Amino acid sequence: MKIIVPVKRVVDYNVKVRVKSDGSGIETAGVKMSMNPFDEIAVEEAVRLKEKGVATEIIAVSMGVAQCAETIRTALAMGADRGILVESDADLQPLAVAKLLKAIVDQEQPQLVILGKQAIDDDMSATGQMLAALLGWAQGTFASKINIEGDTATVTREVDGGLETVDLKLPAIVTTDLRLNEPRYASLPNIMKARKKPIANMKPADLGVDVTPRLTVIKVSEPPKRKAGQKVGSVAELVSKLRTEAKVI
Amino acid sequence: MQTYKAPLRDMRFVLHELHDSAALTHLKGLEDVSPELMDSILEEAAKLAEEVLLPTNAVGDEIGCVLENGVVRTPKGFKEAYDTFRTGGWTSLASDPAYGGQGLPESLNKLVEEMICSANLAFSLYPGLTHGAYQAIASHASDELKDRYLPKMVDGTWSGTMCLTEAHCGTDLGMLRTRAVPQTDGSYLVSGSKIFISAGEHDLTENIIHLVLARLPDAPKGTRGISLFLVPKFIPSADGRPGPRNGVVCTALEHKMGIKGSATCQLLFEDATGWLVGEPNKGLATMFTMMNSERLSVGIQGLGAAETSYQSAVAYARDRIQGRSLSGAKSADKAADPIIVHPDVRRMLLTIRAYTEGCRALGGWVARELDEMERSNDPDARKRAEDFTALMTPVVKALFTDLGFEATNIGMQVYGGHGYIRDHGMEQLVRDARISMIYEGTNGIQALDLVGRKLPQGAGRMLRTFFHPVSEFIEKNSAHPVLGEMVKGFSKAFGALQLATGQVASAGMADPEEAGAAATEYLRLFGLVALGFMWARSAVIAVEKLAKPDADAPFYKAKLTTARFYMERILPQVGGLLVAIKAGKGAMMEMDEAAF
Ligand SMILES: Cc1cc2nc3c(=O)[nH]c(=O)nc-3n(C[C@H](O)[C@H](O)[C@H](O)COP(=O)(O)OP(=O)(O)OC[C@H]3O[C@@H](n4cnc5c(N)ncnc54)[C@H](O)[C@@H]3O)c2cc1C
Ligand SMILES: Cc1cc2nc3c(=O)[nH]c(=O)nc-3n(C[C@H](O)[C@H](O)[C@H](O)COP(=O)(O)OP(=O)(O)OC[C@H]3O[C@@H](n4cnc5c(N)ncnc54)[C@H](O)[C@@H]3O)c2cc1C
Repeated sequence: MKIIVPVKRVVDYNVKVRVKSDGSGIETAGVKMSMNPFDEIAVEEAVRLKEKGVATEIIAVSMGVAQCAETIRTALAMGADRGILVESDADLQPLAVAKLLKAIVDQEQPQLVILGKQAIDDDMSATGQMLAALLGWAQGTFASKINIEGDTATVTREVDGGLETVDLKLPAIVTTDLRLNEPRYASLPNIMKARKKPIANMKPADLGVDVTPRLTVIKVSEPPKRKAGQKVGSVAELVSKLRTEAKVI
Repeated sequence: MQTYKAPLRDMRFVLHELHDSAALTHLKGLEDVSPELMDSILEEAAKLAEEVLLPTNAVGDEIGCVLENGVVRTPKGFKEAYDTFRTGGWTSLASDPAYGGQGLPESLNKLVEEMICSANLAFSLYPGLTHGAYQAIASHASDELKDRYLPKMVDGTWSGTMCLTEAHCGTDLGMLRTRAVPQTDGSYLVSGSKIFISAGEHDLTENIIHLVLARLPDAPKGTRGISLFLVPKFIPSADGRPGPRNGVVCTALEHKMGIKGSATCQLLFEDATGWLVGEPNKGLATMFTMMNSERLSVGIQGLGAAETSYQSAVAYARDRIQGRSLSGAKSADKAADPIIVHPDVRRMLLTIRAYTEGCRALGGWVARELDEMERSNDPDARKRAEDFTALMTPVVKALFTDLGFEATNIGMQVYGGHGYIRDHGMEQLVRDARISMIYEGTNGIQALDLVGRKLPQGAGRMLRTFFHPVSEFIEKNSAHPVLGEMVKGFSKAFGALQLATGQVASAGMADPEEAGAAATEYLRLFGLVALGFMWARSAVIAVEKLAKPDADAPFYKAKLTTARFYMERILPQVGGLLVAIKAGKGAMMEMDEAAF
């Protein structure tokens, strides 16, 4: 079974994000970039499926600037077998990414695509669902457990009310939640070996996809500063403040 | 708990921008080692240091090592951390691929070592000593010993030690008494007691390979009668697994100031079976073959501790509110301003930062020359690199550990009373950093090595490997449009070093005690100028980068400002040092011994 894992290059989760002074976006010059943490979980899950003998090949796919190759290398160091880079300097929005992925899926014919449930830069939580719709495949989003038996993937989903278990007929789309697994540290020998694994390079046009942005960013601004907290003297005072000032009870 | 994130941006600056890592691919065995590969290794090492090693640091200090019935238990969490480290292949980073190593350059290795030291200095000794022992065995042992021991030391299932010190001799190893008696089968029986042996006994690995200095029965007295022996804790059986227990036991653990997670052992060897490494009576030279690399590593321990102290102190200084800014309230909504507004707190933080970034840059240069020395295809380049690293070794060992200790002390000061109590881990850093000034040759001995051995070599041949690039730089940049003033100030400090060198050379030639009396101040002066050189070069690069669009402006601006702080506030100390050096041994040797 072949698995495709899309991996996105985002501002590292440790970095305190700053808004550009002109409000056009966030500052990325000199900022540390890493693989989207949910995508790391997706790669880890794919590698575990391969180690269990369920998967035979893992393809890591990234879209964006040339440096996305480094994000693919990270996936290769964790255990993916080869990479595909769709290089573009355009602002790639979820629909464009989903269309590019569909084109790659059509070529590669995987049984499973595991994506992060969202990317920590824009928190869209859209690509997996759009890809499922474009392909007409079943989807199991926000997965905290995946089990493959024959041509069925049983996925435990984290939903607002608790957990929901769905059976998906393969091929299918799964998006990962935080508790699915804990990604491994890439070993030094595997980092070295990852340099020798192939990464195919293509452009959106090669896949016949128009990636022109459909959404317009009007303005990016910092959230309002948190107000200082208050110390209360008693539980009664707390309850009264919650009722009269915060108006939450 | 300390704050630490690996300073990857500055490491990349040192590796790629200051010391041109791209050119490493011209060296033997490094053809495939691209800057991108090194970056991905640094990133993964950073994760390991921050997420696996750092959490064991405070616990390790609190619990320390315990000896029970001859068995040493390392602190809770060390074994798990070591296993993660080992299975990740990190013990093999700089070792020879012939024995399972990854064959990566020192330029990279020393940066990874820094991260390990920052995260947990005590832990760093276990893989550090294994690598030291590995290097001595790889360079001098028979093929049979190499094949038997190296693969397991490289993959970290076995660890190593260096057993030099005895109760009555540390610096002056010529007096050591441990004996080795040859056996008919070519092995030796080693007997004697050693003290202060780091990683001498512990539960991290299935076997421990001791490298022991001892005397053969007919050995001449003094340092020319010492040989080196490989003595395993368990003698490997034919299939390579650890076999029968050898005659070496840990009789006590030293109780000590810091690095409590590192087991510092008294070892008793009683007819322990060992094998000769290298030639008889050449043991010291054999043990010290890789001295340049090892002393740089110990220097980096000081740097590593300083970095953690810096990051913790900055976090605290932003958070702690106390007093109002002298130029008017900065956080009017709060009862006081964060202490980072105060000039004196900024002095403290910038001093540490000028030390850490300066030392990282200088360490990177020496590491880079170690790579040239070992791997260049050009014999002249190899020779020059050998001279340079030999010259700089005592400087980086003593300077980095002196400044590293001072830095941790300053970091603690930033915390006020909260630095002195244990909860924040600041006093631990001070205690941990302190040992690096003592072992691997005390800093006093480093200074003697510099003035007594390195300066006179080949009528200043070694010295020229440092003086020439500095003179060239000054010549090229004295009219620098932005940094002209800074270069002028640096050039003055370099002048002081040249004067001091002349003074030490001529006075020392006539009277060796004069050289001995000037040594420590001379080494410091030398070191401050070397850091000044790194700061001046960094500033030149920062100006170039800032002129380009899309530059990482905050990083380069901070570089420039820190360079300025170093030049204005630290480098001028060379003036006072020069005065002290010129004063000579007078007062020191005049003092009647009985009057002390
Ligand atoms: C925690 C710890 C770990 C250690 N780990 C190891 C290890 O793994 N293996 C090992 O073999 N050893 C180890 N050591 C020992 C260490 O290397 C020695 O302590 C060190 O070499 C100094 O020797 P000493 O303690 O005998 O001091 P001494 O040699 O007695 O020196 C005392 C003082 O006299 C000065 N001095 C001595 N001779 C001269 C001279 N000729 N000129 C000027 N000044 C001089 C020294 O600079 C020092 O200040 C360790 C020590 C410690 C504390
Ligand atoms: C072992 C011990 C015993 C003690 N005993 C007593 C005791 O018996 N009685 C008692 O009352 N207290 C006692 N103290 C408290 C001690 O006096 C304080 O820790 C000390 O005054 C520093 O205050 P702080 O810890 O709040 O540090 P802070 O005031 O927070 O200072 C932190 C750092 O900021 C700097 N700083 C602060 N304000 C300024 C400024 N305006 N300009 C420039 N720099 C500034 C400081 O120099 C320091 O480096 C004790 C502390 C310890 C550790």
